[in-house]
Amino acid sequence: MNSAADQATLPRTGPAGVTASQPHDVVLQVSGLAVDIRTHRGTVRAVNGVGFEARAGETLALLGESGCGKSMTAKALAGIMDPVCDLAEGTIVLNGTDLAALTPKERLKFAGPELGIVFQDALTALNPVYTVGTQLGEAFRIHRKLNAKQAKAEAIDLMRRVGIPEPESRVNSYPHQFSGGMRQRILIAMAVALNPRLLIADEPTTALDVTVQAQIMQLLRTLREEGQMAVILITHDLAVVAEEADSVAVMYAGNVVESGPVAEVFADPRHPYTKGLLESVPVNLERGDQLRSIPGSPPELHDIPSGCVYQSRCPLVQDICRAQRPALRPAGRRRADNAAADVDQATSATNDGGTAGRPVRTAACHFSEEITNA
Amino acid sequence: MPEPLLSIEGLSKTFHVAKSASGNTRLRALDGISLTVGRGETLGLVGESGCGKSTLARTLMMLETPDEGTVSFEGTNPFGLKGKELLAWRRRVQMVFQDPFASLNARMSAGDIIAEPWATHRSLYPTAKARADRVGELLQMVGLRASDARKSPQEFSGGQRQRIGIARALALNPDVIILDEPVSALDLSVQAQVLNLLNELQKELGVSYIFISHDLTVVRHVADRVAVMYLGRIIETGETEEVFDHPRHPYTAALMSASPKLDVSGAQRERIVLKGELPSPLDPPSGCRFRTRCWKAQDICAEVAPEPQVLTAPDGRRHLAECHFPLDAAKGLTSATAAAGAL
Repeated sequence: MNSAADQATLPRTGPAGVTASQPHDVVLQVSGLAVDIRTHRGTVRAVNGVGFEARAGETLALLGESGCGKSMTAKALAGIMDPVCDLAEGTIVLNGTDLAALTPKERLKFAGPELGIVFQDALTALNPVYTVGTQLGEAFRIHRKLNAKQAKAEAIDLMRRVGIPEPESRVNSYPHQFSGGMRQRILIAMAVALNPRLLIADEPTTALDVTVQAQIMQLLRTLREEGQMAVILITHDLAVVAEEADSVAVMYAGNVVESGPVAEVFADPRHPYTKGLLESVPVNLERGDQLRSIPGSPPELHDIPSGCVYQSRCPLVQDICRAQRPALRPAGRRRADNAAADVDQATSATNDGGTAGRPVRTAACHFSEEITNA
Repeated sequence: MPEPLLSIEGLSKTFHVAKSASGNTRLRALDGISLTVGRGETLGLVGESGCGKSTLARTLMMLETPDEGTVSFEGTNPFGLKGKELLAWRRRVQMVFQDPFASLNARMSAGDIIAEPWATHRSLYPTAKARADRVGELLQMVGLRASDARKSPQEFSGGQRQRIGIARALALNPDVIILDEPVSALDLSVQAQVLNLLNELQKELGVSYIFISHDLTVVRHVADRVAVMYLGRIIETGETEEVFDHPRHPYTAALMSASPKLDVSGAQRERIVLKGELPSPLDPPSGCRFRTRCWKAQDICAEVAPEPQVLTAPDGRRHLAECHFPLDAAKGLTSATAAAGAL
């Protein structure tokens, strides 16, 4: 949205078979993604019509509070959902292939060479009974058919790449012999072993101390630059998004409620939830001042209202919000006095599906033009 | 500064543990901690995991006995008390825990959880009627309904559970509440609600808080004074603004710099990224404990442990830091990043 010239010159998503990723190429395009969970109280929709795109060499943040569906989205992308979860709708186009249409067996070919994932809790994500060398080498043995010795050599290389000291001796250690930060480095090494096009990092630093968090974030940045990976960073931390991400998709109750370039979204939020989140952070306040918190709590999954998902906590709520769920539509500039233009914009946006060169600013709110900035 | 309600002098605590890699069996969790907490004041306690924050909190709750040092609470040493006097003292320091899902007994109702302290401190609300009324009052004080007393913890959200934890801590009308990471398990929007509640309660009741947190943004918002801990020592302490704006200890500067900032102005921020991780408290480095990760470390740092010294900022404000080569207050973070970058 920030430059029309960019849109014309930048290449669009290539057809299947295109190999090298150029900076800012769309690597992953997700649209209409829906995930159902079968519970004993009936089927609930945990992710509802989520769409976004990730670009080579850029970081897309999925931001939201617990239970908003961000981790479920990541699992759906990676094809590692729990047995009670179903991919109900949507397409996940990774470099020209729709992963959602593949069988689980076919998807396995993509796990590693095309797509890597880093989990939050490094201790539970690593297998305690195998050495880290065995676990790091696994990708090479399966996908590159290397023997154990070659795989170990690759594992040592990987450990060096992610900054683990003395990799030659540490390669034979077990996960519990590493500190939290080092375990996270090992997980990252596993994810980037085969130079994937897309790296999903699910709260990679939440369990870590702040000085170690800074190290891990620096490592992720370096690896992203080296491999021109597209990174999807899943987090609940606004400050991490502000520092690390290029674009952001804000999720609430299974829906993307706002998305766009981070600097624009955070400077001028167009959804009341984003605005509320930003105001909940205690910055630029006198000590003891009231924080402008969001009242209430998010809706339960089996109890999501039919209209706008945010209606019960929204200060701007009107009758239309209870009756009709607002669609995600372009919401870059205020044009409250030109409602007709909005409709045109909305239609063209749905047709385009956001394949244009730069991320479009969108918000799912009936009154996004009326949100004023403090 | 308000008159100190609680003051600690040279507090040390050593745990005896199974043999470490170096054959050391003594873990010095607290090493000469001194600090004060004034009435109605909030002291922020900051540091990475394993630095001794929780041991300090447990010692103040008298769950651990210190090896050395003194604790003085309005002039009396709680560790010298016995019987009824000890019971009366225990009433005055209470705690709120980090995880609102683990810290409430799932088999008790919210009302029973809040009323449980009175089973020990019987004289406070002697009749069942008085207890029931007080439970209702406390629930309303923390923003819940009196009728919620009959519900069990599972029926509440995380933020509401933390409110119940706060109500339980308030049940004995304490003078000091130790808040151990009270909002770090909560979502951002709920976190703001709980911080507001804590702030209102402090204004209303004049209670002092010891606020343990790793979230520097939150600490800056709530704490009047702050103490930064590293491997069992307080390496820097002073008024919050003073310490945050003019950190003198390299570790404090690194900690400030490492914590992500919500700033989208696009200004490139210089960052200090420390090498390595917290050394094992079983084998702390000789001399200055931070020297293994410090970019200013020299030979003397390995030999002599720095003493706390009073440092004066250009605006005349002073605070304590333990460092042989404290950072220049006038230049603050800029000089620190330049030095770190030069390495």
